[in-house]
Formats: sequence, C-alpha cells, structure tokens
Amino acid sequence: MSGNTNLEYRKYVLGFAAVLIVALYVLRLFVLQLTSDDFKLRADSNAFMKRILFPARGAISDRNGTLLVYNQPAYDILVTMREQIGVDTLDLCETLGIDRAWYERRMAEIKDRNRNPGYSPHTQQLFMSQLSTEEFSRFQEKMFRFQGFSFQKRTIRQYTTNHAAHILGDVGEVSPKDIEADDYYRAGDYIGKLGVESSYERQLRGIKGTEILLRDVHGRLKGSYHNGDYDQHPIPGKNLTLSIDIELQALGERLMQGKLGSIVAIEPSTGEILCMVSSPTYDPREMVGRQRGRKHMELSRDPMKPLLNRAIMGLYPPGSTFKTSQALTFLEEGIITPNTEYPCSHGFRFKGLKVGCHGHGSPLALVPAIATSCNGYFCWGLYHMLGNHTKYHSVQEAMTRWKDHMVAMGFGYQLGVDLPGEKRGLIPNADFYDKAYRGSWNGLTVISISIGQGEVTLTPLQIANLGATIANRGWFITPHIVKEIQDEQLDTLYTRKRYTHVASTHYETVVAGMARAVEGGTCRQAHNSDYVVCGKTGTAQNRGHDHSVFMGFAPRVNPKIAIAVYVENGGWGATFGVPFGALMMEQYLTGHLSEASEQKAQALINRPIYYGEAAR
Amino acid sequence: MEKQQGRTKGKSIVGSIDWLTILIYAILLAMGWMSICGASYDYGSSTSLLDPSTRSGMQVVWIASSMLLGGLILLLDDRLFDTFAYLIYAALLALLFVTPFLAHDIKGSHSWIKIGSFSLQSAEFAKFATSLAVAKFMSSYGFQLQGSLKNFVVCFLLIAMPMALIVMQRETGSALVYTSFFLMLYREGMPGSILFAGVSAVIYFVVGIRFAEDMVIGGTTSLGVFAVEALILVFLIGMVVVYTRPSVVYGSHSSGETHSSSKAYRSTMLVMCLMGICGMGIAVVVSKYIFPFDVTLVQGVLIGIIVLYLLYTAIASHIIRYFYIAMFAIGSMAFFFSAHTILYKVLEPHQQKRVLVLLGLQDDPKGTGYNVIQAQIAIGSGGLEGKGFLNGTQTKLKYVPEQETDFIFCTVGEEQGFIGSAAVLGLFLLLLLRIIYVSERQPYAFGRVYGYCVFSIFLFHILINVGMVLGLMPVIGIPLPFFSYGGSSLWGFTLLLFIFLRIDAGRNRMLR
Repeated sequence: MSGNTNLEYRKYVLGFAAVLIVALYVLRLFVLQLTSDDFKLRADSNAFMKRILFPARGAISDRNGTLLVYNQPAYDILVTMREQIGVDTLDLCETLGIDRAWYERRMAEIKDRNRNPGYSPHTQQLFMSQLSTEEFSRFQEKMFRFQGFSFQKRTIRQYTTNHAAHILGDVGEVSPKDIEADDYYRAGDYIGKLGVESSYERQLRGIKGTEILLRDVHGRLKGSYHNGDYDQHPIPGKNLTLSIDIELQALGERLMQGKLGSIVAIEPSTGEILCMVSSPTYDPREMVGRQRGRKHMELSRDPMKPLLNRAIMGLYPPGSTFKTSQALTFLEEGIITPNTEYPCSHGFRFKGLKVGCHGHGSPLALVPAIATSCNGYFCWGLYHMLGNHTKYHSVQEAMTRWKDHMVAMGFGYQLGVDLPGEKRGLIPNADFYDKAYRGSWNGLTVISISIGQGEVTLTPLQIANLGATIANRGWFITPHIVKEIQDEQLDTLYTRKRYTHVASTHYETVVAGMARAVEGGTCRQAHNSDYVVCGKTGTAQNRGHDHSVFMGFAPRVNPKIAIAVYVENGGWGATFGVPFGALMMEQYLTGHLSEASEQKAQALINRPIYYGEAAR
Repeated sequence: MEKQQGRTKGKSIVGSIDWLTILIYAILLAMGWMSICGASYDYGSSTSLLDPSTRSGMQVVWIASSMLLGGLILLLDDRLFDTFAYLIYAALLALLFVTPFLAHDIKGSHSWIKIGSFSLQSAEFAKFATSLAVAKFMSSYGFQLQGSLKNFVVCFLLIAMPMALIVMQRETGSALVYTSFFLMLYREGMPGSILFAGVSAVIYFVVGIRFAEDMVIGGTTSLGVFAVEALILVFLIGMVVVYTRPSVVYGSHSSGETHSSSKAYRSTMLVMCLMGICGMGIAVVVSKYIFPFDVTLVQGVLIGIIVLYLLYTAIASHIIRYFYIAMFAIGSMAFFFSAHTILYKVLEPHQQKRVLVLLGLQDDPKGTGYNVIQAQIAIGSGGLEGKGFLNGTQTKLKYVPEQETDFIFCTVGEEQGFIGSAAVLGLFLLLLLRIIYVSERQPYAFGRVYGYCVFSIFLFHILINVGMVLGLMPVIGIPLPFFSYGGSSLWGFTLLLFIFLRIDAGRNRMLR
C-alpha cells in the first residue's frame, strides 16, 4: 500500500482518458449522424433500386369497334456497366444473335454522354430493345452467366390491319429532344411518332409506376421495400376509338393503289373523318420493333414520299370543286342571284383575257353553271365582285371580304384536325397581291382563283370539309379522327359547330347545282338509284397532266357522308374522281359494293397512271 | 458509506457483489443481442430470431451460458484466483502455444480450435489469465515497480509472452490488446513519461501514416506530416507548461532562484508561442491564399529553432528539464521521420503494403476504403432516432463487412441512431469508471492491479473497435465487448469481468 498514495491521482488521469475518448466518439457520432443527410441518401441509393413499371399503351379501334392496334409483350435487355465484368462476350453475342462489332459499337454508344446524357455506370442502361418472346427465351436461359445484364418487360405495338398507316402512326424510341422537353421520358422509352400515336401520346401512354426493390451488396434483389407499400402501380393508357371505318379505308387504299393522291370522307353532322387515304402508303406492321429505324429510313428516301400524309399535308389547287365556294360568296355578297345569267362562249373573254371552257349552252344561270362546271360564270362573278365600287371602296376591300369568306369556310388556315403536321394551304389576300403586283391589280389579274386555280391551294381534307359544310348547309364541325377517348371528353373543338358567313338558303342553291351535276352534268357517273348524290368535279391544271378531283356528299337530304377525291395527274374529274367518290359512297352507305361496282372498281384499279421514272 | 458497510461483520457475499456493474453488463448484453438480430436478420426470412440456426438464436445460447459462467464464478472462493493465478497462466500459455498446430486456417488466422461443432478462440481467454498472473506478481511481498529493473522486466515478459504467441497465430489485433497493460503499469508507478512517449509514438505513427497521402492547404502539404509536426509543437508547449513552471521547478518559496527560473519560463513560452503557433499560422495562410508551398518544411525549421532555444535556456538557466524537453522534440522528429522513411523509401511496395495491412492501416479489398465508407454510411444514415429495430438497410443488405463481429457497432448506429449509440458509449463509459472506482477500493494490490487490467483491456477494445467503425482508427479486427457475435469473446469478457467482481466481493472478508 505504501508508495501508492502518491500515485492515486493517476486514477483521475486514466478516468479522464476514458471520458475524453467517449466524448470524442460521441462528437464523431454527432457529426456523422446529425449534421448531414448525405449518408442517409447514400444508404438509400445503396439499398433501393427503383424499377419503372411501364403501363400498357392504350388500344386503338375503329368506329365499329374493330380492334386495330394492341400490345404484345417484348423484352428489353439492360446492362449495368460497372457490374458487367468478365462476361463472355462471344457467348452473349451468339445468344442475342448480334455480332461483335455491333456489341462494341453499342457499348461505346451507351458510354457516350453526348448521345446518352443520363449515363451512369451504376444504373441500368438499355442495351437492346424489343426482343420477341422467342428471342428473349434464349437469353433468359443463359442470363445467370451474363452478370450485369438484366431485362425489362415492355410491350410493342401490334396491328390487326395493314391499312391506315398514316392515321395510326407508330411508336419509336424517344429522341434526346423528347427527353429534354418532357420529364416523363427516359432514354429508351417509347413515344408516338406519327398519326394518332403522336397526337394522342398523352392519353395513350398512361402513367408509369415505380417499384422499390431492395438490393444487397452483391446486387441481388431481396424483394420489395415494406411489402410494396411505397410502390406506385402503373396506370394503363386510355383506349381510343377512331372515327374511321376500316372497311371504307381499305377500299379507298385499294382504289388508290399505284396512284398518287388522297381520299377523305367526313360524316357531315359530326365532323368525324370516315376515311383518310393517302397514297402511296405503307404497311404499319413493318414499323414495329427493331426494324423500325431501318424501315423508316427506307420510306423517307422514297421519291414518292410514302410517309407524307397527303390528305393533310398535300397542297393542291382545288380546281372546279372550288366554284361552289365562289357561288356561295357571290350569292351572300349580292353580286349575283340564283337567276343571274352570264354568257360563256367557250370561256371567259374580256379585254384580251381568255379563260377557256368546254361547250355548253349560253348564257347560263347559277344551277346549270355548277352542273356543267362553267368557267365563264365564275370568272364573271369574281370580276364583278372585285370591281364593285359601289359596295366596296377598293379592290383591296373586296378582296379582303372574299378572303374572309374563304377563311370562314375552313381554308387558308389549319382546320385543326387531331393529327400531326396539318398544312394550312394558301388563300391569297389583298396584301399578297399588293406585294406581287406592286399594288396594281384588279379582278382580271387574279381571275383564275375563281375556278380554284392560280395561287389557291387546299388540302384534300379542306376540300372534303367544303363538301361537309355544303351538306350541312352552312356549318361544319372541325374534322377529327378520334371519336372517343376512354374516360375522357373530346376537346370542345371537335364538338362545336363552326358557321360560315353564308346563309343556308344560298347553300340550298349550290346543293341544287351539285345535284344537277349528278343528274345530268359532269358527275353523271356518281348517280345511284338508292340515294341522291350531290357532287362537283374538278380538273385541276398543273404543270403535268391534270389532277382528277371530286367533291360531293350523299344523300342530299340528311347527308351521311361528304367526300373529297384527289388523284394526282388523273386527268378529267370524271376519269377517276367521280367514280372513286361514287364507289366510296356506295361502300359506306350500303355497307358493300354491288357486283357491277366491284367490276368497275377493279377496272379503275387496273388502269394505270404514268408518273415518270420516279415511280419505279 | 461503502467502507462503513465493509466493517459490518457477517456481511454476506451477495451483499458485497457490485450489482451496478452486473446491471450495466446485463443491459449491454441485451442491446448487443438486439444488434446481432439486426445484423444477421435476412429480409423475407420467416425464421424466428431465437432459432439456433441463426446467429441471433445462437447468441442467445452464448449469452445464457455466459451468465451461467458468471454465476459460477461468483460461487467460487475468491482466494482461488490468487492461489492458482500462475497455474492458470501457464495452462493458457500452453493452450496458446498448441493452438496454431491444432487450428484450421480461417482467413489466414490460426487461432480457432474446433471442439465438436464449436470453435474456440484461445486468445480470448488469455486476457484474464495474463491479468491474474500480472496481478499476482505485482502484489507479491515488497514489490516495487519504480526503481527495480528486474521487476519491470518480469512484468514485461508476463505480458509479452502471450502477445508473442498470439502474433504467431496471426491474430495481430488480439495481440495489440496487450499493449493496453501499460495503462495499468502507469497506475502502478511506471513513470508517466514512458507512457507519454509510448502513446506519442503510436499517435505519430498512426496519424502520420494514415493521413500521409491526403494533401491539404493548397494541395502541397501532406496532412499526416503536418498533423504530426503540429502535435509535436503542441506537446512541447504542454511539456514546458507542465514541467518548467517556476512553482514546479523550485517549490513555492525561494525568491532568487524563482526569479531566474520564471524569467527563463516566460521567455521560453514567448518564443514557443510566437515561433510555433504564429509562425505556423502565417505559413498556413500564405500557402493557402498567396502561393502554395510545403508547410511541413516551415514547421521543421520552427521546431529546429525552438529546440536550439530550449538547449540555450537549459545551459543559461541551469534547468536540466529544458534539455529533456529538447531531447523529446529531437526524439519525436527522429522517430517519425525514420519510420516514415523506412516505410516509404527503404521498403519495397509489397513489403510496405504488408506492414500497413498488418497494422490495419490498409485493409481494402476493393481499394477505396470501401469497408470504412460503408460503415460510416450505415452509422450516418441512422440519424437521431435510427431506422428502428430490424429496419437497417445498410446492414440488412450486407453492405457493411463483418457486421456481426467487428463492425457490429454499425447496426447500433443505423437502427438505434444517435440516441442509441451515444447511450451505448455512455454505458461503456459508466462501466469503465465503475471499474476504476471498484479497483481503487480494493484492500490489496492483487485486486487493484487486476481491476486496472480489466479497465485497460475494455478501454482498448472500445477505443479501437468503435474508433475503427467511426473511421477514426485503423482497421484492427478486435471485437466490441458484449456486442460482437461469438461465444469465445463473450465468455472471455465475462470471465475477465466476473473474476474481478468475485475478488471485489471478497474485500470485506479480507478486512476482517
């Protein structure tokens, strides 16, 4: 015991050392646990793997409920760069049916942050997309050997029909631009590219879900976090019912085989588009899966431009079908009455200007003028309108009034159809001519617009809509291709009537003219004993052979279908336009073609139009 | 109060047992078991936590048997330990010696003896045996540590022999535990300067090497070297304050001498503070903001000047202590730089790595401090209240290595949060202080020495294990008492602690 008394203070030194160590460690705990969230986030990113659950894309059917587009399972192969070490590349390539060069190139693409901005070596990257069930099953058998490779189940689009490619559109991988524009998308996602797939992308795609999985240190999944309480189930996309009748569409495409042009039919009372043919077309079933890119490239290089939807993107001179709109304008403006007669001696001749016409009686009133498609009558009409100094202060004012009528009828601007890429066409206004002729112009200068030539261009959809407006005697509903969206109201744009500036009594006069054209005028071929057809031909001049045009509707009372047919370089309106229009109406109104009509259709299909070297 | 009770005749053994220590022991065991559950539980597993096929179930067996063992020890006669101390020590030495020949190779270690389906780690039992032997020797009649080289050497050998045998089993971590006996020796009279020099050397080495590669202050200065040189400066100032204050040098009354010594003291302090602290501060600021240079060079020069001034003061004031302090500075610098030079310049890279791994300074299977980082993520993600029992993701999904044994404290941090882990550390502190208190009340040296052995061993385990998990200490694989999974360590710590409690319980009878 002696000698220890002076050492007893050392118990305090040792005790203090213990206190100091524990205090230091508690301080360290404080710093680690309470001063930052960083460790919490890192623990979460270690343990949680968020897997995206893709919703099924909405299905698409036609107006009669025939399924057109649905989903089929497909598989994407994913790779996590940091984990794919020591994989037998040769075996992998063989299993997936790819070659070594493709593998190397794809790997380089994934790592390239310019092309793949969201790249991280720790997260799954898309390696290969849209494997079929058979292709995938070969991979799945061997998957355990390919460390770092995994898969996700997706769906690809399947088509029951080879028609309506332009309307349906397709889906493809999102572009970097799409990803930037919308937070919804990640690299490798799909997005609607053309047609309703594109314009109704938001409704079709649904809402993605997420599943939170726990991942251990070896990357093995250990099941879901908290029994999936924090998971979000994907909400499937909405189904679409199109307004088209797929039978009618099929007939239209059959008729237009080997020809360039378009057929558009509209139900006048609703604005629903019954068919929208654009020729040449392609098989939508080829635009699916991994070959889409190659196929798309091929089509985009075709000089006949099969990807172009001529029904809404093709700008054509409307030709004589436009005369109906002129008649309505002159009547409404009081330039003519139904009884006004104009002379026509093989055309319009005035002050050295001549617009030719074919042989018919002269002078004529409005109804026979429409029925015989007299050029002279409408030239005189426009000349008198633009030259009317009592009613208008200037030719500019008259022109502006004319333009306002045209715009109200749906020309000169996009109609607003629910498809991407619609063109507006051209309706010239006073400014346009002031610029073109340095202010020095009059009715004669621009006389050809009265017969749908000159500067005026319309899309086939606008021509069909003109038919629908006449059928309705003065109003139309914006043409649209989607009739119903599951659990969602249509945009009011597609339910609201749009009135023109012309009284419905004037429309009755024009209807009478169009009926006369079928009874005994230019559209005699369209005559049908079961219902009264109203129609107007067009023979649009252009640099090459004339375009063959028809615009009409049926029946005359309570019309069910309005139609525009535009066959490029088809010659007279009566050559292709009228018979095609008649066949389409028959198909839609009676549900089939009579035997005689079928033979006629076949004959027309077999009758070629020569489009020059480019068509080969 | 305790002493009064002690004098009460007929006081039963049961009344003399230190129940507070047993309570702390029991709480730590319970919390330890919860941690094992958290660390070994598998997601989606339906097996009961008590099923003996799981580690949590097996730990229940170890805990129950440990408590039984502790109870048995309390039933024994306390004189038994004194009497058989050397015998127990010899038996354990023999066991340690044969272990490598009987053992299977488990991760390069030859320390596990297989008995039936159980494995025992003999090193865990050598701690109490060595403590007993050392306590017995140091309590022998007329024992004096100070001034007897022979006694010191015998003590040293008693400690070093098991240590050497354990190193032969490739269990460096367990062997290092024996260095903690220096704390006990310090309490028993070993000069403080030896302990201080030893601790300083360890700190220089560990800090210097561990942070050698971290470049700071403008990217030109090695944090390790900077920290060590700064520490040397701090130590020097501390030593001048402690050893050369006028009141320390010449008592409190002797005016003439006091005058000259206080003058020497004041001028030395002035020089050291000015040169050391201000000089270093200026160097850091210049290097960081004006132009980067190696601050450690400036530190070296400053230390050199201070050493010269200390030598001058020693001669001028005839106070030899200044000389010793100067020697300490020279020794420190020489030790650190020779260790540094040998490790980085003389040794080949593969030898370097072996030394670093041996010392736990480099234990990186993935090469990026992965284990330590994952351990810190586990603890850091616990926050204030923790993720809750069995809810830790970091530990449950096996991101933390050795999470049931050496890194068990991660589970506490992740699932119980700051509150839980600070409470565990608080309990350990309480246990350590209680052991000091109980040791100091021993009537004989045997009990006190043994008590300080227990204190030293526990302190070392907590210091290294928790420090390692918190990223403050090198990765040395030793268990956290009562928490780490395994029967051997739990039995070993239980024996160590309960023998002490039994010796303590006999204090009253001895006084009689």
